[in-house]
Amino acid sequence: MNRAALHAILSYWRRNPLQLLTLLGGLALATALWSGVQAVNAEARASYDAAANTVDEARFDQLVARDGGVIAQATYVALRRGGWLVSPLIEGEINGVRIVGVDPLTAPGQSIPIALQTGGDIGAFTTTRGQIFAEAATLERLSEVDADLVDLATIPADVAYADIGVVQRLLRRDGEVDVLLVHPEQPLRQGPLRDLAPQLSLREGQTTADVGQLTGSFHLSLTAFGFLSFAVGVFIVNGAIGLAFEQRRGMIRTLRALGLPLGRLMALLALELLVLALIAGVVGVVLGYLIAAALLPGVAGTLNGLYGAEVAGSLQLRPVWWLSGLAIAVGGTAVAAGGALWQMGRLPLLAGAHPRAMTMAAGRRARVQAIIASALLLIAGGLAMTASSLYAGFALLATLLIGAALALPFILDGILRLCGGQARSALGQWFWADTRQQLPGLSLALMALLLAMAANIGVSTMVSSFRLTFLEFLDQRLASELYVSAETAEEASRLVQGLEGEVQAILPIQWVDTLLADTPTEVYGARDDATYRDNWVFLNAADDAWDQVASGNGIVINEQLFRRAGLAVGDRVRIADQPFDIVGVYGDYGNPIGQAVITERIFQQLYPDVTALRFGLRVPDEDVGRVRTLLTDELGIPNAQITNQARLKALSTGIFDRTFIVTDALNVLTLAVAAFAILMSLLTLAAMRIPQLTPVWALGVTRWQLGWLDALRAVMLAAITAVVALPLGLALAWALLAVVNVAAFGWELPMYLFPLDYARLGLSALFAALLAALWPARRLARTPPADLLKVFSHER
Amino acid sequence: MNVKAILLAICLPYAAVAQGFAGLGTEADGFGLPTPDPTFVFPDDHGAHPAYRIEWWYLTANMTGDDGTPYGLQWTLFRSALAPEAGDGWTAPQLWLAHAAVTTPDNHYVAQRIARGGIGQAGVTSDPFEARIDEWALTGDWQTLDMTATGAEFAYDVTLTAEGPLVFHGEDGYSVKSAEGQASYYYSQPFFSLNGTLLLPEGEVAVTGNAWLDREWSSQPLSANQSGWDWFSLSFEDGNKMMGFLLRQTDGDSYSSATWITPEGETTPFPDGAFRAQPLERSPTSGPEVPTTWAVQLPERGVDVTVTAINPDAWMTTSVPYWEGPVTVTGSHEGVGYLEMTGYE
Repeated sequence: MNRAALHAILSYWRRNPLQLLTLLGGLALATALWSGVQAVNAEARASYDAAANTVDEARFDQLVARDGGVIAQATYVALRRGGWLVSPLIEGEINGVRIVGVDPLTAPGQSIPIALQTGGDIGAFTTTRGQIFAEAATLERLSEVDADLVDLATIPADVAYADIGVVQRLLRRDGEVDVLLVHPEQPLRQGPLRDLAPQLSLREGQTTADVGQLTGSFHLSLTAFGFLSFAVGVFIVNGAIGLAFEQRRGMIRTLRALGLPLGRLMALLALELLVLALIAGVVGVVLGYLIAAALLPGVAGTLNGLYGAEVAGSLQLRPVWWLSGLAIAVGGTAVAAGGALWQMGRLPLLAGAHPRAMTMAAGRRARVQAIIASALLLIAGGLAMTASSLYAGFALLATLLIGAALALPFILDGILRLCGGQARSALGQWFWADTRQQLPGLSLALMALLLAMAANIGVSTMVSSFRLTFLEFLDQRLASELYVSAETAEEASRLVQGLEGEVQAILPIQWVDTLLADTPTEVYGARDDATYRDNWVFLNAADDAWDQVASGNGIVINEQLFRRAGLAVGDRVRIADQPFDIVGVYGDYGNPIGQAVITERIFQQLYPDVTALRFGLRVPDEDVGRVRTLLTDELGIPNAQITNQARLKALSTGIFDRTFIVTDALNVLTLAVAAFAILMSLLTLAAMRIPQLTPVWALGVTRWQLGWLDALRAVMLAAITAVVALPLGLALAWALLAVVNVAAFGWELPMYLFPLDYARLGLSALFAALLAALWPARRLARTPPADLLKVFSHER
Repeated sequence: MNVKAILLAICLPYAAVAQGFAGLGTEADGFGLPTPDPTFVFPDDHGAHPAYRIEWWYLTANMTGDDGTPYGLQWTLFRSALAPEAGDGWTAPQLWLAHAAVTTPDNHYVAQRIARGGIGQAGVTSDPFEARIDEWALTGDWQTLDMTATGAEFAYDVTLTAEGPLVFHGEDGYSVKSAEGQASYYYSQPFFSLNGTLLLPEGEVAVTGNAWLDREWSSQPLSANQSGWDWFSLSFEDGNKMMGFLLRQTDGDSYSSATWITPEGETTPFPDGAFRAQPLERSPTSGPEVPTTWAVQLPERGVDVTVTAINPDAWMTTSVPYWEGPVTVTGSHEGVGYLEMTGYE
């Protein structure tokens, strides 16, 4: 009997292969979105962790030269002989690659690549030519370097490791060290630092919490996207399964009438669903992997651009994705099918469909739903006013989105009732009433659409606001027409002399890493120049900010430092014991650490050993070419050391644009999935609605008219949903910009509105809804009159 | 950092890591090989011999506090050469590894240092004698030596005074390590008296006692089938001393060697088989279970003693872990000593 029953159940799919395809496709797509996002997330996290494990020098306390300069190797030896467990580090740049020299024998845990620690041949690494470890693409740029190159995929791009001796040789910096890493565990006794190395100061390691929180927020937002896509996915699966159950109602009735026990029937249906879920799950995981693979360079770009975290861009299909992907497919199916199976179990043996009864029951449910929705929205309102942490920010997003989604059917019903009241013609009144009747069946799909659109509006508003602010910021920061760097102090002074009188202004770019208000900060010494006065935009400043900076008493700080150290305009801070009054706070987007600007004169007094090697040159646009030629031909500066501002801007915006590729792609995918959900819901409803449409048809409305009305209805519902999605999306954007962003990145972004983008998005949502509605409408229009007539002859 | 791998790389620059203690430098490409009938020149030979692959300055001491509590102390500096030359700067192919430990009846404190030669951070000079890694140092003229080391939980400063001559193991300092003829140069100063201060978590402890300093260098000290060793340095109450070791082979056999040292410093070497050591009892440690009570015999000198660890958990949690700690001797002879056991897993 099992075989015969299973055969009957499965035969349905043979007769409706397209529907099987949509069910499997829907499930697979939902799984794909979920597992794809998880994959991107896991991979980015794994790569980031690997990177953090291998290059985490910053985690350790460090000894640095007070003057920001180099440390003599002899000082390192003196400290070791004085009982300080420190390890030397030197770094420099070779052909754009950051090359880090370490001493593998004294390096504290996890400051050098894993493979060096475990499998490396210490002799080959330290003696003779030495070895350079980096990933393959980075190694290509080091092909002319005199050392053996070793491919190590776990090292982030653009970074290479070698023995300190090798790097000293390659950089021609024998006997020099940049930083001494301090082991977390020091001997019981050691000589005082002020005796052993008075010129060094101890800089506390940055707790990884800082960086961790930054990247954590990125992963958290990806995870939120994952959940959103999962939610949207469950809507589809629900739709697809509802369709399959609805259309097989007759067969189920027949099977039961033939004597198949209910329990066995349900078990067989569950088995069928399990098999389908597993098949779809496998397809979904593979699809998800492909999505992840397509997005991953973007993810790497995102982390790289935002935090300077370098992510190795390799994707491995991990077993955990298979497990989680399949679990999601099966679990999602179970959640979606639970209702249908439960309903079937309670259905009287020969009961037909009772759409009206369903609608009434749905009305009761809707009231409970409305209460929950109001409660969630109230909580969201409360959080909007109080949230300051990252998690509160995400709680705000969650309550806002779920509350709004749950409120949607309620809102739609109200609007439809209002419209129905306005309708004059009989057909019009029927149209609105029929639309309301369909709402319960469509509401899940519409919620999916709402979420997809709101996320789309919210994230694109955030991204575009970010972009706009960032571009303005670039204009402010890259005000000079040409940037030129010198390799040595001699070259720098030759350059300055040679440019005297040739350009409007030479702006030295010089800075030291130090602590300001106990926060790691880059302090810049800026020349008093109109460039700064004209271009820099303050978030908050005293009137004569630049005058005060020029007088030597004032300092301007970036927003990150302002927020992190809790400073305000008017506060007094100290740099190397020199007091400064904060006279301005400027936006500094995309920079994870604190920054401050003092005047060049005082900077040179405080840090006499720091020589500016980079310069911004103010040149009239028409002279850019001439000055460039002067630099290369007469001053002998290689082209590679000169950067055109336009190119730098393009580079920066390029990095920035890559940054949000992931969220963009996920937006499009989520919208596609929502459209799919609408399609499935309409297909489900189509069969149920034949008995309701037949009387209308019998009264003289043609099948084509009915089809068009159905398509119109879908578009209209999508339109109303879009209207609801707009304020929701804007609220989402505000939460992202004003709450999440501040908590995660330390700066607040001004929010800009992009009506054209929203219009375009609304149109694409309508188009998606129309596309989704066309097939069911066409099916309806082509329903043979005989089928419609049968409604009257059936017992229904 | 996984220092274990680094250390294995140090100890076994060209041997497979998986071999562990077995095959400790079984090939000697380019390195000097010990030859019989050596002539030692001092103080030069107290210094480093970069032409040989491996060398150590290995000091252990049995001490007592004012209240009679027994303590053990270890100060060890290993040199491991990647190439048979001294070299200069970071590329100097001489790696240095040091272990320091203090053992009390209840605790065992361990510290380790690793460094490169060539930049002044670690090394050994002979005149004036200074063996150093970081702030750990052993300095003096071998009549008296000052010794210091510090770990995260302990430190010590002690002074050693020689009360007897140097003694040479094997044939005048040429110590054979296997039936195939692997050998090392090996001499000791077992007659140091010691006084100084231990700094322990519970406070400073003034100690006095005896120390035994081993000097050994070679390029292929073990044969390929030897998996580890049990090494004893025992000081009896009658003034006689005995050094004996058992090199365990992978086939279950072992190779033994012993030196009998009279109070005057006269030595008698004993060939394979004369010295016997049998585990009596094993104890759990921070590492694997190891024998901590031994029956030790040298019938030709009437030695039939039980050697018992003062602290059974003297496990050295260093990159290459081993057991090293003070012991008491009972039976035909009474006394104290040190036991080292390697190659246990």
